[in-house]
Amino acid sequence: MLTKSNSLDQLIQQTLEGREVSLSRLITLIENESSEASLILKTLYPHRKKSYRIGITGPPGGGKSTLVDRLALLAREQGFKVGIVCVDPTSPFTGGAILGDRIRMSKSSGDPDIFIRSMAARGSLGGMARTTEQVTEILEASGKDLILIETVGVGQSELDIYQTVDTVVVVLVPESGTGVQAMKAGLMEIAHIFVVNKADRPGASRIKQEIEDVLGLAPQQEWYPPVFLAQAYRGIGAKEIFEGCLNHKTFLENRKKSDYTLKKIEKKLRDLILEKMEKEVFQRDRAKENLICYSKKILEGVLDPYTAAEEWVEQIRKQ
Amino acid sequence: MKRKLKILVSKIGLDGHDRGAKVVARSLRDAGFEVIYLGIHQTPEMVVNAAVQEDVDVIGLSHLSGAHKTLFPRTLQLLKEKGREDILVMGGGIIPEEDKSELLKLGIVKLFGPGTLTQDIISYLKELEKEKYLT
Repeated sequence: MLTKSNSLDQLIQQTLEGREVSLSRLITLIENESSEASLILKTLYPHRKKSYRIGITGPPGGGKSTLVDRLALLAREQGFKVGIVCVDPTSPFTGGAILGDRIRMSKSSGDPDIFIRSMAARGSLGGMARTTEQVTEILEASGKDLILIETVGVGQSELDIYQTVDTVVVVLVPESGTGVQAMKAGLMEIAHIFVVNKADRPGASRIKQEIEDVLGLAPQQEWYPPVFLAQAYRGIGAKEIFEGCLNHKTFLENRKKSDYTLKKIEKKLRDLILEKMEKEVFQRDRAKENLICYSKKILEGVLDPYTAAEEWVEQIRKQ
Repeated sequence: MKRKLKILVSKIGLDGHDRGAKVVARSLRDAGFEVIYLGIHQTPEMVVNAAVQEDVDVIGLSHLSGAHKTLFPRTLQLLKEKGREDILVMGGGIIPEEDKSELLKLGIVKLFGPGTLTQDIISYLKELEKEKYLT
């Protein structure tokens, strides 16, 4: 909440100076999509230092948070200033959430150059909250040059992370299935790096082998995702994974990337416009009444949902 | 802007009895709050560091092994040093009657003892929420 002694200008200025207390308050304003959010983002956008972003994703309980903890420490050793955003699910019934990723980040949480922020997904289904990317922009403006985003525990198709980060690390466990899973579309396609965590359990080298076999079936490509075995809670394999990330970073820097970057910006702009349009449509006068009215008609069998949607859009066009 | 309280729940100090803290965290989740759960063996420094980074409204500390007179005031002091004395601290666990008034005087806003109904904690927080964000 803003008070007189903590005006928005001051918060922004102090965030640019890297002051943690102010940074965290700005993030709250962004996360809550407050009326100041757009001004904050616009003001900070030109001040961002382009950071290197790593996304950590994979099924629940696979060891993502523990690995993030380790990677953050390794990044600090190399002089990076680290921002971590970890997303946990929101209850669809109550809107409440337990954000428990910090429990696994005890090694890195005391470092003054590591800033950790938990976010509840708040109804977003792509593995992150709707404002997660905006939060990373605030972290960049405050001087963080390596950002780790941990998604909620995902299944096969929560893929928003791919659009948001430079390097996607998919964390699996030995029980994650056979090579056929690795051939499927979705999660397994977006990985730049695979980690088979909890590798002291049986089957770890087998699944590593199977993932590598399946990756070998793909046509010639510029980047072959490496597969690492790890035991994150012991720190085993973390160094190799971090080096793998940095290799991918170098790979990205060396290739002609303008097309790729432009595509990401296009996507971002598209999303922003869609979001604004959605608000525009549903915050109009009578939008709620319209919604109820049409839904009732559909329930009564007077109208089908397809015609209803067309009629509604037609009405908007005419206005 | 509709806003909910964000609450940090943590065990503090050398005390592994986390069932109570977990029951509270879970029931706050079910009441629709966002809860940062830190787990056991946290120091005041760790709690305050997390509270500042997460920009929570309330900290709920659980302690059952007798060091509340050291750990609770230390938490308040660290919040003050960070300029976040607006973050409210409440406590629960085994706090003897004779220590309660001292802690409340120091600035702990509320102490919940054994036998507290989760509904009482929820009502208290809903009231705080109303005061903070609806006025």
